[in-house]
Amino acid sequence: MSLVDVKGVTKRFGGLTAVSDVDLTVNAGEIHCLIGPNGAGKSTLFKLIVGLYPPTKGTILFDSIDITEERPSARVQRGMSIKMQAPSVFKELPVRQNIQIALQERFSGAQRIFEEDRLLTLLNLAPDSGKVAGALSHGQQQWLEIGMALALQPQLLLLDEPTAGMSPEETFRTGELIKSFNAEGMTVLVVEHDMAFVRQIAQRVTVLHLGKIFARGNLEAIIQDEKVAEIYLGKTHAH
Amino acid sequence: MFKLLDGSQTLGRGWTFWSCFVAVLAAALIYPVFADSYDVGNFSYFLIWIFMALGLCLMWGYGGMLSFGQTLFFGISGYAYGVLAINMGGGSATIAALVLSIIIAMIAAGILGYFMIWGGINGIFFGIVTLSATLVLAFFLGQTAGPEWHIGPARLNGYNGMKGMDPLAIGDYFIEGSALYYVMVALIVIVYLALRMLVNSRIGNVIVATRENPQRAEMLGYDVRKYQLLTFVIGSGLAGLSGALYTSWGQFITPSSIGLPAAAMPIVWVAFSGRSDLTATLVGSFLLLFGFQTITVYSQQAALVLMGALLLATVMLAPQGFVLGIGKLVADRWSARRRLGASPALADTSRLQPDET
Repeated sequence: MSLVDVKGVTKRFGGLTAVSDVDLTVNAGEIHCLIGPNGAGKSTLFKLIVGLYPPTKGTILFDSIDITEERPSARVQRGMSIKMQAPSVFKELPVRQNIQIALQERFSGAQRIFEEDRLLTLLNLAPDSGKVAGALSHGQQQWLEIGMALALQPQLLLLDEPTAGMSPEETFRTGELIKSFNAEGMTVLVVEHDMAFVRQIAQRVTVLHLGKIFARGNLEAIIQDEKVAEIYLGKTHAH
Repeated sequence: MFKLLDGSQTLGRGWTFWSCFVAVLAAALIYPVFADSYDVGNFSYFLIWIFMALGLCLMWGYGGMLSFGQTLFFGISGYAYGVLAINMGGGSATIAALVLSIIIAMIAAGILGYFMIWGGINGIFFGIVTLSATLVLAFFLGQTAGPEWHIGPARLNGYNGMKGMDPLAIGDYFIEGSALYYVMVALIVIVYLALRMLVNSRIGNVIVATRENPQRAEMLGYDVRKYQLLTFVIGSGLAGLSGALYTSWGQFITPSSIGLPAAAMPIVWVAFSGRSDLTATLVGSFLLLFGFQTITVYSQQAALVLMGALLLATVMLAPQGFVLGIGKLVADRWSARRRLGASPALADTSRLQPDET
């Protein structure tokens, strides 16, 4: 059963078409990776799904409901949550308060404090919970933002390059964490460049190129697709 | 409730702070016993403006919205009080006029705020639009000198200003002198504590989050426009409270209390004090008003130049505000001293050794 249906979506910025007539289905309970070279339109598609950009054309369904005209906050209340490409946290506020703001609509009192502690421990941020978020390293800010996204307990978690700036160990740990949430029923849509990470987590893959769907299928089929290898190696225009 | 008063969004926590608060309040309460009626009246006048400063602190310091429109809502409410008090008659009707004039200012803020916030106006443009609206009202009221400009028996009177309204009263008892002073002190305490509770509440968390990163706040499921509008209406409503109290205090109001020099004043008070904290704004604004009034007796121009110099010095030397900076310094020294006092061994090791110099 599909959780997200992107139907014929196009996004133009003036004369530039960033996303062109894209159809994408994300099934409930899967980890779906969106890959493609720089400028393929992956992050734009993410922002269209979450409502940060209005589409020029097309519709977006979430749980069979048309959300194309809804604000991002309304989509989040329906069960979406996103981690942006660049760390997007409240830099002047303490780490714990960042998590608290994400949690406060779902938990209160002692239960909220328990959840704050649980997330801070899970993200290895407990020792730094009193620091302002802007004082954390890039990787730690990535973790914090993932924690804020998880605090919403979403049906659909959108992660835009979640491992950028992380060490190989941290990257691997992030992958295992994502798989554990998926095992509990969370649907995950990931934009990622790191193919080792994609191999670690992906159940289904969609390849975007020049704003259009280039290929889709399971990971093995995509990896063995020569045309996909070519666009990643920049040979498309060489032929 | 005490948790909200003592939360992390406001400086000053624990028994030391609240003991100081009670001591200052007690001093304020016994002040009229020792001071003459002129000084008590002057103090009431200073306190009138504090609401406007606290409102701007909420909008600018906590909400990230630099509104140049505090005197716009001050003026709307001040004139509304005059019109209502004159039309409704004196006595207890003045209390209704006060409440209604604040509501009118809040409705006006709601309308202006709706178009600005839903229209995506933010940052410096927020200041420009609110300043423009302020100047429009000041110029409009300035050209209402003719007899045709009246609402019932209340004449607007152009730059000469509106007069003839009664001060606040309950029945035949006029709230003036010491009584007005005590009303002001009570209102300041109520507004200050209520704002502390607001900024330390869940709503306050979202207001601060919206200042820091509106997109992230939206992506956590908060419709940031509603929180911004709420902040704008409350902050402007407090300017309205100042305006209505000002008109009832002096029984007049003129367009000059709305225009550009007046509109800049709250910015100077709040910037100098420290926009990100209510207590710093309360203390700093009072000190500035006191100083401004003292210098104005000798030269109004000198007082205005001093205000400009203070704003410049704040921007150059203490962008977070002088009073807030001093407050933080004192708090840090105090807690460091307590830590060292609690651990003498640490006190010894923390001292520089001769070979470290």
